[in-house]
Amino acid sequence: MKKFKEKLSGRVFFVLALSTISALVLITVFIFVNGMPLIAEVGLFNFIFGMSWAPEQGQFGIFPMIVGTVSVTLGAALLGIPVGICCSIFMAEFAPAMMKNIFRPAIQLLAGIPSVVYGFWGLIFIVPAISTHLGGVGMSILAGSIILAIMILPTIISISEVSLLALPRTYKEGALALGMTHWQTIRHVQLPAAKSGIVAGVILGIGRAVGETMVVIMVLGNSVALPESILDSVRTLTTNIGLEMGYAAGRHRQALFATGIVLFVIIMILNISAQYITRKKVK
Amino acid sequence: MAGHRKSKIETKALNLYYGDFHALGDVTAEIPERAITAIIGPSGCGKSSLLRLFNRMNDLIPGVRVEGNAFLDAMPIYGKNTDVVQLRKRIGMVFQKPNVFPMSINENIVIGPKSHGIKDKADLNAITERCLTQVALWHEVKDILRKPALELSSGQQQRLCIARALSVDPEVILMDESCSALDPESTMKIEALMLELAKQYTIIIVTHNMEQAIRVSDISAFMMIDDEKIGRLVEFSATSDMFSNPKDKRTEDYITGRFG
Repeated sequence: MKKFKEKLSGRVFFVLALSTISALVLITVFIFVNGMPLIAEVGLFNFIFGMSWAPEQGQFGIFPMIVGTVSVTLGAALLGIPVGICCSIFMAEFAPAMMKNIFRPAIQLLAGIPSVVYGFWGLIFIVPAISTHLGGVGMSILAGSIILAIMILPTIISISEVSLLALPRTYKEGALALGMTHWQTIRHVQLPAAKSGIVAGVILGIGRAVGETMVVIMVLGNSVALPESILDSVRTLTTNIGLEMGYAAGRHRQALFATGIVLFVIIMILNISAQYITRKKVK
Repeated sequence: MAGHRKSKIETKALNLYYGDFHALGDVTAEIPERAITAIIGPSGCGKSSLLRLFNRMNDLIPGVRVEGNAFLDAMPIYGKNTDVVQLRKRIGMVFQKPNVFPMSINENIVIGPKSHGIKDKADLNAITERCLTQVALWHEVKDILRKPALELSSGQQQRLCIARALSVDPEVILMDESCSALDPESTMKIEALMLELAKQYTIIIVTHNMEQAIRVSDISAFMMIDDEKIGRLVEFSATSDMFSNPKDKRTEDYITGRFG
C-alpha cells in the first residue's frame, strides 16, 4: 500500500509537470497550424518583406511592423542597457547597505507595475511631453522606447547585479592589490568577468521589450508605415495581433497567426541565445 | 641579522579593530629590506590581518579601524594624504589561493601596468617576458600567452599571480600563505622563487608551516593572542635565533609543538 502511494505521488507530479510542457507544445502547434497556410500561400519572403498590409485586399506584408518592433526595441535597449548596467554596478559595488534596502524592493516594484499602467502613464505624460518639446503628435518610437526602457530595467539590473555579486571576492582583491583603482577594477576585471551574465540579462530584457503589447498599443500610434524618424508612429508585431484579432476572420486571421509565428521565432532565438551564453560560462 | 639591514617597513604601536573587536594590539616591528620575513603563529592570532595592514587590504572590510601607524620607508601608510593606489603599487600581494583573472595569461600580466598608464605594445610585451621569466614560467607558457590563465595548473597559476604582482614594479611583496593550496612540488618551486626574489624585493610571508619559515625566512615574527584575545607580536628575531634559542616561553612552546 505504502509502495503504491509512493508510486502514485510520483506519477501525479509527473503529470502535473507534463501539463506545463504540453501547454507550450499546444500553443506552439496551434500558432503554427493556424499561421503556416498563409505563409505557404503568400510565400515567406513576401510575407516578411512585403511593404503593404491590407488584409481586405489580400495584401499581407509585415515588413513595416518588423521595422517597428526592431526600432522600438533598439531604442529601449539604447536607453535601458546603460542605465540598467550602471544601476547594477552601483548596487553591487557602491551602495551602502541601507540604500540597497531601499533600491532593491523599489526595483522589484518597478517589475510589478502592470503594463497597462505604464501605458497609461506614457499616454498622459510622455506623449504630450514629446509633442510639446519635439513636435509631432507625440505617439512615436521615442515614446515607446522610453517606456519600454523603464520596463526592462528590473530584468537587466537584477540579473547583472547577481552576476557581479557572484564573482569571487579574490578577483576584486587581486586587482586592488595591483594598485588598480576601484573603477579600473570594475571596468577591467569585474565587468569582463561578469560579462556573460550581464549579456544574458540584457537579452532577456530585450525579449521582454519585443513581446510587450499593451504599452506599445497605447503610445506608438500604430500606423502601418515605415518610420522616417524616431518621432514617427509605428506598429509592432505584437500590436498588429492585439489590435486586429478581435474582428479578423479567414485569411486575415491566419495572417495574424503568421505574425505570431514570426514573433515566436524572434523570442525563441533571444531566449536560446541567453541560455547558451550563461551555460557557456558555467563550462 | 636584523640589525645589519636597513628597514623597509616599520610599524609603531599598530592597533587594529574590527568594529568592537580588538584584533591586533601594539604591534611594533622593523621589517628589513631585501629579506624574507615570516609571520608565524597559531590560527586566529592575526597574522593575515597584520599582513593586510601593510597594503591596506583591510580597508575593504566595513567597520575596520586602525590606530598607530606603519611606515613604508618614511612614508606613513596610514596618513591623511596617503595615496592607497600608489601604496598598493609599491606593496604587491600574492594570495592564499591562486586568483588569476578569467582572461588570457598575457592579459593577466599587462592589466596592472596598463592601469598605471603604460600603453606601448613593445613595453608591455617586454614586461610580460620579464615577469614570466622571473617566476620561471616563461618557457612553459611563451607559446600559449593568449590562452585562458584558468587552464594552467594551480602551481602555474600561483606563479602567474606572483608574476602579475611583479608586473607593476613593487618594492615589497606580501604572500599570504601562498603555498598552502599547492602540492609539494609546486611549493618547492615557489620557495625557490622566494629566495631568488628576496635579492631584489622585500618579502613578507604568512605561513602555517614552520618548516617553510625555517627554509626560506631570514627573520621570523611570532604572534599569539593574549588572554583578552588580542593578537600580539610576541617575538621578532632572526629565524635561526628564534628556532634555536627562543627567548619567550610561548614561542618555545609553539615551535616545539606543545600547542597551536
